[in-house]
Amino acid sequence: MRRREFVTLAAGAGLSLWFHGARAADARAAGRRADYRRRLVLIELNGGNDGLNTLVPFADPQYASLRPRLALAREQLLQISEREALHPALAALLPLWQAGELALVQGVGYPSPNLSHFRSIEIWDTASRAEEYLRRGWLARAFEANPVPAGFAAPGVSLGGQSLGPLAGSRSIALADPERFQRQARLAAPAPARGPAALRHVLAVEADVAQAAARLPAAAPAGGNFPAGPFGNALRAAAEVAQAGSGVAAYRLSLGGFDTHQNQAAVHASLLRQLAEGIAAYRAAMVAAGLWDDTLVLTYAEFGRRAAENGSSGTDHGTASVHFAAGGRVHGGLYGEPPRLDRLENGNLPFAVDFRSLYATALEGWWSMPSAPVLNGRFAPLPILRA
Amino acid sequence: MDARSTANRAAGAVEPSRRAPGASGMCGIVARCALGFALCSAAPALASGMGWDDARHLLGRTGFGPSVAEIRDFAVLTREQGVERLLSGARTEAAAAPPACALQAGTSPRALRAASVEARNALLAAEVRCGLALRAWWTREMLETLSPLTERMTLFWHGHFATSQRKVRFTAMLYRQNLLLRRHALGRFDELLHAVSRDPAMLLYLDTATSRAGRPNENFARELMELFTLGEGRYGEQDVREAARAFTGWSIDPESGAFLQRPFAHDGGTKTVLGRTGRFEGAEVLDILLAEPATALHVAGKLWREFVAPQAHAAELERVAARFRASGYRIDEALRALLSSAAFWAPQNRGTLVKSPAEFVVGTLRALEARIGDPLPYAFVMAGLGQNLFAPPNVKGWPGGEAWIDSATLLARKQFVERLLRGEATGATPAMTAAALPAAGRAQTPQQVIREARRGALRELASSRVDAEGWFARVCAAQASPQRTLLAFEAVTPASAAAAPREALRALALDPAYQLK
Repeated sequence: MRRREFVTLAAGAGLSLWFHGARAADARAAGRRADYRRRLVLIELNGGNDGLNTLVPFADPQYASLRPRLALAREQLLQISEREALHPALAALLPLWQAGELALVQGVGYPSPNLSHFRSIEIWDTASRAEEYLRRGWLARAFEANPVPAGFAAPGVSLGGQSLGPLAGSRSIALADPERFQRQARLAAPAPARGPAALRHVLAVEADVAQAAARLPAAAPAGGNFPAGPFGNALRAAAEVAQAGSGVAAYRLSLGGFDTHQNQAAVHASLLRQLAEGIAAYRAAMVAAGLWDDTLVLTYAEFGRRAAENGSSGTDHGTASVHFAAGGRVHGGLYGEPPRLDRLENGNLPFAVDFRSLYATALEGWWSMPSAPVLNGRFAPLPILRA
Repeated sequence: MDARSTANRAAGAVEPSRRAPGASGMCGIVARCALGFALCSAAPALASGMGWDDARHLLGRTGFGPSVAEIRDFAVLTREQGVERLLSGARTEAAAAPPACALQAGTSPRALRAASVEARNALLAAEVRCGLALRAWWTREMLETLSPLTERMTLFWHGHFATSQRKVRFTAMLYRQNLLLRRHALGRFDELLHAVSRDPAMLLYLDTATSRAGRPNENFARELMELFTLGEGRYGEQDVREAARAFTGWSIDPESGAFLQRPFAHDGGTKTVLGRTGRFEGAEVLDILLAEPATALHVAGKLWREFVAPQAHAAELERVAARFRASGYRIDEALRALLSSAAFWAPQNRGTLVKSPAEFVVGTLRALEARIGDPLPYAFVMAGLGQNLFAPPNVKGWPGGEAWIDSATLLARKQFVERLLRGEATGATPAMTAAALPAAGRAQTPQQVIREARRGALRELASSRVDAEGWFARVCAAQASPQRTLLAFEAVTPASAAAAPREALRALALDPAYQLK
C-alpha cells in the first residue's frame, strides 16, 4: 500500500489510529527522499479573507442574522452541499469541484489567535506558536532538512512581490516578473566561496541568483485565460516556470485586498473572482502541459473575518477561516468543521483545524518528508490527497 | 542638501600633506588617478597615526560609510584618540528640524477610540502621513549628522526596545520615544531602561497600558526579561507572571497620551521575582533585573555583534560586561571597552559583519557624498531592503546579520547602487506597501497615503546625483586606494584599471564585499 493511501485510510479510522498512522508514515517518510517533482503552489489571501462569505453556511439561521447587509442571498449561491454553498464569484471553480479536484478545509486557525495582520501572517509564514518568534519561513526549514536536487533553478520562487513569506531564510528567489528578474540578475556577481562567514553568505546568495537566472525562463508569454492584473500575471509566470521545466519545488503568490473593513461586498466578489478565474486558468495551462497531477495549490491567510458584520458594511479582523486545496491528485470534498456560529469567542469563530495540519499535509502527503521536525511538533496531515 | 559639505564639516580641518600607511598601493585603479598613484607609491608611512585602513574600519563600524575627508581626518589619530573623539563628540539631540506634526499633541487615544470608521480612517491616514515625515526626518539626521555614532546607537536601541507604528499608531509618541533613545543612546543603560519602561509608545506596544490588577498582561514582563535585560533561559515563567503584576497600573492618559500611574489598577500584593520577595512596584522589578550580571552580559553581547564580530569571544565579552556594570551601566564605557578590544581591531574580524539597510543606504550616500533632495525616498529604499524605520518586524527587532541578505534584498541593494550611480530612479519595491491593501476606497486611507508618497519618492530619487570624478579626485588627493576607501574586505571581482570613474565606482559598490562592514 502506498503511503498516502495509508494516511487517508488511517485518517478515516478515527483520531487515535490517525495519529499512530501519521507517526508511522513520518517514520517511513524519514527513510526516503523528498519528492520535489511535485510542486506546491501557495496562494496568500493577503489581508484576511472572509471565510463566511466564501463558503457560505446558508442553512445556519445565524448567518443571516449576524450579517444583515452582507449575507448573500441563497438564490445567488452556488450550492455544493446541504448546508454549504460557494460565493457566486467562485463559479470558475465549479468545474474543479465537480471533477473532485477541489478540497475545502473549514475552520483553519490556531490557538490564542493574534488579530494583527503583521504578527498573524508571521505566525503563518514561520509556522510558529502564537507566542513564539521564529525567523525563518516554514518552507525554509523544509528545504534545509530536505534540500532540492542540485539541478533545480531554486527551491522556491515568490512571484509578483518582493516578500518571500514562508520561503524567507531559504535560498529562494523573488520573481517580481521573469523579465525584470533576468535584468536585475545581471547585477549578481557569483564567485567561489571565500572569506568570513558573512561574505560566504553573500556569495551564496549571488550564486543562487545567477543559477536561477540561468535556469528560469526569460519571459512569460501572453496566453491563457488568466485574469488581468498582477495576480493573473503571477499565476501565468508560475505556469511558465513549471512548463519550462526549470525545477522549482514551491511557488508563493499573493492576492491582496482582503482586508475588507468597509463596503466589503463588491471588493470581496471581485477578489474571489480573480482567485477562482486565476486558479482555473492555471489549471488549464497545467493540464495542457501534463503537469496538473503533480501540482498542489493551497491557499492561506493571516486570519478570517469577524462573524458579525461591522457598522460600515464590512468585517473586522477575525480568526478561523476556510481554505482551498486544488490539484490533479486532490481528493475533493469538504474537510474540517463547519463554522460554529453558536460558539463564537469574543465574536470570533473557534478553529477546528490547526493551520500546521495543512502544512503537514504538504510535507508528508505531497512531498513525502517527515513534517514534525519542520513544524516543531506533530500535526496530523489531512486526508485531502489521492494516491 | 549636500552630503559632501556636511561630510567636510564633519571631518573638520584637513592636513593634505599627511597620509596613512594603509593607503599604499592600489591607488591608481583609474587612469585619471595617475597622479594619485605616483604619490601613493612614493609616499612614506606615517608613524604615529592609525592609518587609512584602521580609520576606515573604525568609522565604518561606528557610523555610516565614511567620506574620504572623514577617513583622512581619523587616519592621523591613534586608535585611542580616534575612539575618544567619537565618544566625546557624541551628541544627544538631533540637529535636523522635526516635522511639525510630531511636535503637536496629535491624535488622542480617546479620540481614535470614539471615532466612526470614516473618521478613524482620516485620523489614521494623518498619523501615517506624519509617520512618513518622521522617517524622512530621521533619515535626514542620519545623512547629515556630525555624530553618526549617536544615530547608530539610537537605531541600535530602536531595535533593542522595538516599538512599531503598526501597533502604536500615534506618531508623536514614536517621535518622543526616538528622542528618548537618542538622549540616552550613549548614556546610562539603567536610566534608559527605566525611561523606556514608562514610555507611552512602549506601554502601548507591549500592552502594559491595558494591564490591570487581577488581569495582568504578561507581554511587557516577558520581553523585558527575555529581550531587554536577562536574555532567554535566565528566568522562569513564574518570574514573568509575578513581574507582570508589578507593572499593573502603568498606563497612559487617554487625552494627552502621557505616562500615568493608575493606583486602582495596580496590584499592590507581594511578588517574588528572581528569588526576591516584596510588594514590588514596576521600578523595583527593573532594579532587580539590573542587579543581575546576566543583564550586562546580554546587552554587551548584543553590542559586540553590532560593532565587533558575529561571535563574541567569551572571556573578552565578560571583561566588557564587567566594565559596563562596574561603570554604573555607562553605555559609552561599554563602547570604549569594545572599541579598544583586541578583537575589534583584529584583522580576522574586518569585514565580518553585514551592513544593515540603513548603513547600506545612508552609508553609500555619505561615503560618495551624493547630492540629494528629499530624504524620504531613502527611507522607502531602506524599508524595501527590510528595515522600515519605526516599524521593526516584531518585538525582537530586526534579526540582522546574514538575515539582511536574501535574493530579493541583495538584488534590491544592487539596484539602488546601480540607479544611484546612473542617476536614475531606483526601482526598489518598498516593503511598506507589500502588505498594501484594498485597491478601492474613497477616503484617504493610510494605504493610499503610503502609495502616493511612494510614487512621489520614486520621482524624487531620480534627482540624486553622485560625482564619481570628484570622489576619485578626493581619494587620490588623499593618496588613498579607492578600494580601501569603500570596501571593508578585499574586492571579490578585481576592478579593471582602465575603467572610467563612474564604472569603477559602480564595480566597487556592486562587489559582494560592499555588503560588509
